[in-house]
Amino acid sequence: MPSESYQNYLLTILAARLPEAGLAWLQNQLAGLASEKAFYLAFSMAPRFVGKIPLSLTAAELEQAQQLRPGFQPASWTMEQAARTLLLLRAPHQTPADYTAILNRLASAADLCEVATLYAALPLLPYPETHVKRAAEGVRTTMTQVFDAVALNNPYPHDYLPTEAWNQMILKAVFNVRPLHRIYGLDHRHNAALAQMLVDYAHERWAAGRTLTPEVWRLVSPHLTLQYMPDIQRLLLSANTLEKQAAALALIESDLPMARELLRQHPEMKDSITDGACTWQSIGEKAYAS
Amino acid sequence: MFFIDPHVHMTSRTTDDYEAMRQAGVVAVIEPAFWMGQPRTRVGTFQDYYSHLIGFERFRASQFGIKHYCTIGLNSKEANNEALAEEVMELLPLFVCKEGVVGVGEIGYDDQTAAEDKYYRLQLELAREVNLPVQIHTPHRDKKKGTLRSMEVALEHGLDPAMVIVDHNNEETVQDVLERGFWAAFTIYPHTKMGNERMTEIVKHYGPEHIFINSAADWGISDPLAVPKTAQLMLERGIPAETVHLVTYQNALAAFSQSGQMQESDWLNDRLIDQSLKFSGNSILRGGQTPKIEADPTIIR
Repeated sequence: MPSESYQNYLLTILAARLPEAGLAWLQNQLAGLASEKAFYLAFSMAPRFVGKIPLSLTAAELEQAQQLRPGFQPASWTMEQAARTLLLLRAPHQTPADYTAILNRLASAADLCEVATLYAALPLLPYPETHVKRAAEGVRTTMTQVFDAVALNNPYPHDYLPTEAWNQMILKAVFNVRPLHRIYGLDHRHNAALAQMLVDYAHERWAAGRTLTPEVWRLVSPHLTLQYMPDIQRLLLSANTLEKQAAALALIESDLPMARELLRQHPEMKDSITDGACTWQSIGEKAYAS
Repeated sequence: MFFIDPHVHMTSRTTDDYEAMRQAGVVAVIEPAFWMGQPRTRVGTFQDYYSHLIGFERFRASQFGIKHYCTIGLNSKEANNEALAEEVMELLPLFVCKEGVVGVGEIGYDDQTAAEDKYYRLQLELAREVNLPVQIHTPHRDKKKGTLRSMEVALEHGLDPAMVIVDHNNEETVQDVLERGFWAAFTIYPHTKMGNERMTEIVKHYGPEHIFINSAADWGISDPLAVPKTAQLMLERGIPAETVHLVTYQNALAAFSQSGQMQESDWLNDRLIDQSLKFSGNSILRGGQTPKIEADPTIIR
């Protein structure tokens, strides 16, 4: 049962970091989670006893996380998150419907930190297919910390969100200037509808005299058609280096004859890309650096 | 100078207020749970209100580099709807132990009815049980008697006066509150509660000990800059900077940090993080644009 291996993992990393009193509190709570009330109280009080400092996991611990659950990246997790996630894995319940009811009650009275923790924990929770609505609700938030918990470094959306919800999440990330390169499985779930929505959004931004992240072209590139060529040409002439690089990458990835032709006209772009210094990842990382 | 406004209803205020408060030096605010200007009719609206205080409002404040705390309670006006009050009382244990909840409040008397008395007492018991400070709203009418009664009942329930903040004081109540060892808070609120010239005289007379001020800015005509403006006035009228620091920052911190949920390091260590949230992940500024001060205020970009 995966839940048990997740619990062991979390308990081991917490035990290695908690002072005696904190660990005693946690073990006491885990042993006494008989009622929902006990669970809610333990969940809300956890930071008082385990603190909120980062876990600062070792490379080996991070690797172990990946092996336990592909895409599970607790690199930025805190003590509070690990402890609360462990409590979530032990929430007292009989059926999947009970479990959903507990998550709903918890979320309806949760503070910012609690709700963010809940969303970041989704990939580890039992009955993962029952949490799709919860994840989509998290994507609707306007609170950055909560949105990031669902969308960034979290494999749940990639693994379980239907295409419509996935596309909304990507659009919202672009709209709120969240780094796309930190979205797990970004390159596996591109689709023509998403590409069209992103290009439409680019036109909207440009019409208003605004810019947008060059990362969007990473998702347009696999669906590049003649229709989008004027946009790529516009990017090639941009004063922004990252936009030029994005255009060149999109052209290199394309089989269209017109793409080849454009690259021939801009040999300097092709050279700067093909020496390996420029990837979608590097564009993403640089795009939010300012 | 840094300021704390330990009583302000930010839910009713605009982002302009947050920006102005930040610029004026306000680093932390406490938002007491109160009524919304008209009575609520369902327990669900209380739950959503409490959730808002610990969720979205806290986030919104962080966007402007301000730390937001709250007190949670059933206010005296709405305690008079007993059926609803019963349901709200069942909700409170879900919220009072959350992070950043620095007290039970604002509770106390409004009309000084039997129902108000009942729920005031029940909440004093709750505060004692979870070891949180109490923020008392004193009544506007029959104020002196109501203030004295608030304190007597708190003592009757075994609360330590050092854990109780008596709010909305004036010249007629301050001495009784200080004599009994309670915290005396003053609300600088135009036309009704306390003006800042009068406040300056009170501090000159009583000194800074156990006294602090707030704006109680809400949905009425009120001023979210009341704390920094009063500090300014006090300095201009010759009150020493250390005294001003005590009544506009340090005393409020001392009173509410007894909750274990509020400490200076919260804002001193977190300022950079706040700024990165403000400038890169902003969803208040639609589309994530960086805030700008426009030369021509008629242009909106």
